[in-house]
Amino acid sequence: MINASIKQLSHALAEKKISSVELTQLYLDRIAKHNPELNAYITLNPEISLAQAREADARLAAGTASALTGIPIAQKDIFCAKGWLTTCGSKMLHNFVSPYDAHVITQFNNAGAVNLGKTNMDEFAMGSSNETSHYGAVKNPWDTARVPGGSSGGTAAAVAARLCAAATGTDTGGSIRQPAALCGISGLKPTYGVCSRYGMIAFASSLDQAGPMGRSAEDLALLLNTMAGFDARDSTSLQRDKEDYARDLNKPLVGLRIGLPKEFFAEGLGGDVAQAVEAAIAEYKKLGATVVDISLPNTKLSIPVYYVLAPAEASSNLSRFDGVRYGYRAPEYGDLADMYEKTRAQGFGAEVKRRIMIGTYVLSHGYYDAYYLQAQKIRRLIAQDFTEAFKQCDVIMGPTSPSTAFKLGEKGDDPVQMYLSDIYTIAVNLAGLPGMSVPCGFGANNMPVGLQVIGNYFDEARMLNVAHQYQLATDWHNRAPIGIVG
Amino acid sequence: MQMSLTIDDVRKVARLARLAVNEQEVQTAHAQLSNIFGLIEEMQAVDTTGIAPMSHAQDVTQRLREDAVTETNQRELFQSIAPQVEAGLYLVPQVIE
Repeated sequence: MINASIKQLSHALAEKKISSVELTQLYLDRIAKHNPELNAYITLNPEISLAQAREADARLAAGTASALTGIPIAQKDIFCAKGWLTTCGSKMLHNFVSPYDAHVITQFNNAGAVNLGKTNMDEFAMGSSNETSHYGAVKNPWDTARVPGGSSGGTAAAVAARLCAAATGTDTGGSIRQPAALCGISGLKPTYGVCSRYGMIAFASSLDQAGPMGRSAEDLALLLNTMAGFDARDSTSLQRDKEDYARDLNKPLVGLRIGLPKEFFAEGLGGDVAQAVEAAIAEYKKLGATVVDISLPNTKLSIPVYYVLAPAEASSNLSRFDGVRYGYRAPEYGDLADMYEKTRAQGFGAEVKRRIMIGTYVLSHGYYDAYYLQAQKIRRLIAQDFTEAFKQCDVIMGPTSPSTAFKLGEKGDDPVQMYLSDIYTIAVNLAGLPGMSVPCGFGANNMPVGLQVIGNYFDEARMLNVAHQYQLATDWHNRAPIGIVG
Repeated sequence: MQMSLTIDDVRKVARLARLAVNEQEVQTAHAQLSNIFGLIEEMQAVDTTGIAPMSHAQDVTQRLREDAVTETNQRELFQSIAPQVEAGLYLVPQVIE
């Protein structure tokens, strides 16, 4: 049952082979057994989960079920869920029980999905290894001495270890795709504006986007159908017709033009990752695709641009955490300024403080033009690279991450080394394009490798088709970490 | 344009960001932020003359809504999670003598 697809689970529920309560309990038992080792979840609330499961069973009995009714889904702890502790991986929100639901949570609730728990993450989604979480690092189920990636590392580990049927993530610079790659699962960051950010704790608002993480492209399509859609409460939510993201899953790939950016296969890419990605491209050729050499000349600049824009937006967004209305407040303080300063110094971790300081500096008087404005101009050049590239191809492919999962603590002392690991994912966020990662083999130390698929704006259905056809022809996505899944 | 971050810059930025820092944290932050700015300075070599800044991923205009009340009053619920409240008010240290 734990290896079944969502579609199979949905059939089993409809045919009364299992109830949602039984399925939810199955996962809760697995979590109780394996979470102490993996630390994938921050908060569990079996009473709420099982109550939702009972409601789902009633809906199934009444014949009013939808595709996700009764399916246990884990939620990244960045999504506010009413009555749930919502920490965003930070001490700052260690006691924040959300009084409202994020739009994405409402969508899952309306679909009758079960909220299985809140998954661990880098603090305020700032990190690529899950080591910045106030609640401790998440361990990679394939090798618990290694990181799961970040910032949606708890979600990725939970999906890989079969501690949920599927889960949500968010992606500001690669936070869905990189952990998906490092944990051997599938993850999709939609086009900016497709999923509402209402109730999703903000990091860098011009880049943040929610998306599904699961074991197959088919599962992702079902989740995205629930997550996507217009919401007036997010001013950047796009007003578009409702789509069925599963509509093109079964289209053949004959004639598909795959762009391979030379910058994604240059110095810095691990040989083991390159080999797995090249084998995947060869598989696509067998499926009828053709390959076009393309160039994204400003790829390297995406890192400096991102580390100006994201911290600038973060320094503004995180100014709301002041110890007045909710969350942490320092136990001792003098005047109001002292209360703010001590609350924020104690409530935020080192990486968050670093980024707030970078952002504050680049926005400060005298430096705005040199940093923030220059970064926004180069952002346009980066987006234009993609526009040019998509004149020659339908999708772009390459590695998701330059290496497989690294060891816990390996990149701890030097933030710059950690930042460089997002080289292939960041440009996609800057351009606002959809991107996904699918498992495509194993590299050194038998750790999973992810293939990145980048689509043109609003081309999620095609990307899911491209990933699904690959998953019909290969079985990398069905591999599981033996020690934990058995 | 090549700028180097000074220790005083770090103190000033921490104050602007309302982050209490001790002397050792200032030194550590200075070293780490300097490395990060080393990376960021790569941008300065790019000629962006005539390029319009891109502030947003989608070229859309701000949507407007009717100027009408859409939220209900949930003061008690919201204040139930506040650090310190009294008589429906959020309490902070005295700011006016």
